[in-house]
Amino acid sequence: MTKGESASTNSSRGSGSIIFLFFIIGLIGSLVVGWIIFPMLLYSEKKQPIDYNHAIHLDAVDNGCESCHFFREDGTFSGIPKLSQCVDCHGEVQGSNPEEKRFVEEYVQKETEVPWLAYSRQPDCVFFSHVVHVKTAEMKCEVCHGPIGSSEHSKEYEQNRITGLSRAIWGPSIAGFRKNSWDSMKMDVCGQCHEKETGSKGPCFQCHK
Amino acid sequence: MKMDRRAFLSLGVGVAAGTTLSPLPWKLMDDISIWTQNWSWTPVPDDGECTYINSVCRLCSGACGITVRKIGNRVVKIEGQNGHPINDGGICLLGLSSPQILYGQERVQRPLKRDGKRGEGKWIPISWENAIQEVFSKLQQLRSQDMPNRLACITGTDQGTVPRLFERFLTVFGSPNYIRMPSIVDSYELTLNLMQGGPSSVGFDFESADYILSFGSGIIDGWTSPVRMFKLNSQWKDKNIKCVQIESRLSNSAAKASQWIPIQPGTEAELAMGIAHVMVKENWYHPDFVQNQSNGFAEWRTKLMANVNLEHIATITGVHQDVIIQVAKEFANASTPIAICGQGRGLIPGNMREFVAVHTLNALKGNINQKGGVGALAELDYIDWPEVMMDAIATKGMAIERIDHANTDHYPYARYLMSRLPKVLLNQKEPMLEMLFVLRSNPYYSLPGTAIIKEAWEKIPFIVSFSSVMDETALYSDLILPEPFYLETYEDIPTPTGYLYPMIGLMRPVIQPLYDTKPAADVLIQLAQKFEGTVAKAFSWSNYQTCLEKTLKDKWDTMIKKGYFLDTSLSQVWKKEFTTLSGKFEFKNMELKELEKETTPELEGSKEQYPLLLIPYDSLRIASTSVANPPFVTKTIEDNVLKQNDVLLEINPITAKSLGVKEHDLVEITTPHGRAIVRIHLFEGIMPGLIAMARGLGHETGGDYLYGKGVNVNSLLGSIESPFSGFEMAYATRANLRHV
Ligand code: SF4
Repeated sequence: MTKGESASTNSSRGSGSIIFLFFIIGLIGSLVVGWIIFPMLLYSEKKQPIDYNHAIHLDAVDNGCESCHFFREDGTFSGIPKLSQCVDCHGEVQGSNPEEKRFVEEYVQKETEVPWLAYSRQPDCVFFSHVVHVKTAEMKCEVCHGPIGSSEHSKEYEQNRITGLSRAIWGPSIAGFRKNSWDSMKMDVCGQCHEKETGSKGPCFQCHK
Repeated sequence: MKMDRRAFLSLGVGVAAGTTLSPLPWKLMDDISIWTQNWSWTPVPDDGECTYINSVCRLCSGACGITVRKIGNRVVKIEGQNGHPINDGGICLLGLSSPQILYGQERVQRPLKRDGKRGEGKWIPISWENAIQEVFSKLQQLRSQDMPNRLACITGTDQGTVPRLFERFLTVFGSPNYIRMPSIVDSYELTLNLMQGGPSSVGFDFESADYILSFGSGIIDGWTSPVRMFKLNSQWKDKNIKCVQIESRLSNSAAKASQWIPIQPGTEAELAMGIAHVMVKENWYHPDFVQNQSNGFAEWRTKLMANVNLEHIATITGVHQDVIIQVAKEFANASTPIAICGQGRGLIPGNMREFVAVHTLNALKGNINQKGGVGALAELDYIDWPEVMMDAIATKGMAIERIDHANTDHYPYARYLMSRLPKVLLNQKEPMLEMLFVLRSNPYYSLPGTAIIKEAWEKIPFIVSFSSVMDETALYSDLILPEPFYLETYEDIPTPTGYLYPMIGLMRPVIQPLYDTKPAADVLIQLAQKFEGTVAKAFSWSNYQTCLEKTLKDKWDTMIKKGYFLDTSLSQVWKKEFTTLSGKFEFKNMELKELEKETTPELEGSKEQYPLLLIPYDSLRIASTSVANPPFVTKTIEDNVLKQNDVLLEINPITAKSLGVKEHDLVEITTPHGRAIVRIHLFEGIMPGLIAMARGLGHETGGDYLYGKGVNVNSLLGSIESPFSGFEMAYATRANLRHV
């Protein structure tokens, strides 16, 4: 080996490690961006207009979730209650909870609908029939919505800055992993369940109209 | 450590690998796709509880019952009302798309006064008070100058309280010039009047008929009550009832019929006489009806046998003799066959000889005023307002001849002759009209001979439109006093044409009026009350709704609950007795003899200059009555009818070959009445030598979705006046094509 050859081997070994180092920097940097920074930037955090206690309400009513989230005569689902339903009980302040007082003063007395942020809102072209799932297939609300009935406070509403929808649709894991059935409300979740229960994911137009 | 090119590339590879292994690209892609579904400008109906209100659609003469679905105060869907006697849950494209008109950009939102030239579209808003005062001043001027007859009014129909209030207003004001738009209602009314004694309107018991012979009637193309006919057509199919369509082109109705018989346009009367000839010759008619219940049969038969030659009929109609005999035999063998006529939707009254000949076929089978037959319906007499008291001005005005000469010595059989109005105005020596009211009709657009109408319009100094949307007639008017859209107001909707039981539907508001509109009848009441004396007295109601409630009396409650009032006892409502002079069905009375002498006027232009024959056709996908297509309906037009902005002209491939034109070629069509650029569509379903174009296109209004799409076929057609009745007969025009 000549002197010159040795020098060139050393320098190519040195430049090889530099190249690898840059690769690692790029790799780790983008992994950090993709896994940590991107999710932080993607969601903005919003609070519900009123901190709502589901647990206390569920104890007070006779018909479970359907006491407030009921089905209309034509089978359509009423969704988040309107002020007129709340007024039945909350025409006046009932207890000592400051949130209830605020609700009565700011909304009931001013006859203004509460601008609730719906965690489960889907794009408008997606059609979903609650009655078919809850009544016909006898599914429990928790399967998709989780144990929201036992919550004492409204959870933070993480709004996707691009879609405008709640993080509840995609789920807590940015990678899309699920621990519970209610961790995501994406189409794959619907498809998996449909395939299991009915043998088919169903045609596109069943939900996309 | 220096970053060279290779290090930089390596960094890039690292970033690419890291990014791929992170959720970023996949999540971003998913979010962007969802973002496109959530654009704020995409219209989304409100979410919430649905409510349903039943009403009646007024967008054509069909009078379908509708169920309007609302969320909050927003109309989101219109469906056919289940169990409704006319349409039982069915609805047409136009009715279904009503919300697009209700919320559309073409609504006239407040009273408007013309600012620029007519048709320029320049308007200034005006208050209701000032607008009504302006009309009142002009009306008062007409009365003070003893010229009340210089007011005319055009309405789409003359049935129901609102048109009748307009007629009442004109009468008490002193003008005989209340005019109804032309349609087959004119010709059927006259047919029944001549043969059975009038006045009455026609009703068909298609539900119990067992053979249908249609002379060009668009059974599924909008004839009479479109949804009713659509449903009947399906019922006939289910019950294996034969339906024969005699028509020059393969329309939808012809395509769905059991048998299609192509015929030379304008020769339907001759074919009907040919069929009658076979039935009489072979003694295939109903002897009891003919002998005991009819008059003039023997004379009629003698003349028929002497004058009608089947071979000649086959030559002029293009229908083979064997086919004529086959149809005659089938018609005769059926127990309740019905023969009908009126081309397409029935917008043109047509040839009275054809109507009489076709009705004669029904009479030969004795299928008149009985189950499964054709009957004369007496009008429901629920409008029993006190007679108007006439002052001297009104009496004098009413004694003057009608401007259209209907019901005069010139045209004794016609009640209204709207199609004559343009000609009369163009030939006037001194001004004949000062003021025109137009309600629920679009004469400026929808009458054949657009060029003449445009010219005639200039002769009318002041035109008031009551339209709730900006149609052509409104665009070329001087003042628009918009009435609410039909979903925003109450009104009675009388029996649709051709329905067999007298009925009244109740149209009711499903939402509060969106804009500053006023029911036309309320405008009329307010105008009348500004006058003193008899005019005000004839309109003593506080408003239209009170007038309606008082008029309907005990029916009001039933109608509020049920949505309609229906008299289903056939024996009571179908006129059993013939009220002709003889008291029998007339085969040949004086008037019918007169009609026999009528020959169809020659079409304008020479065959050499215009070797082709252009016929218009109707489609349920193109509204061609008083309303124009809303966007959704336009979207459904097939691309062999309208391709982008070009209308397609149907031509038989043999004719096309002889002219050297190919599919989609742009050509100029010239007729003696106008010219236009159109695109060729080769169609084997049209007879050689004929060309056909859809009605209802070429609007000057209608916004981005309709304006400038296609050509108004009326601009190529000319008016053809029947010498006997004065009715419009424009069934075709001569035409020529040239490459552009
Ligand atoms: S057929 Fe006429 S009345 Fe019936 S829904 Fe259609 S437009 Fe309305």
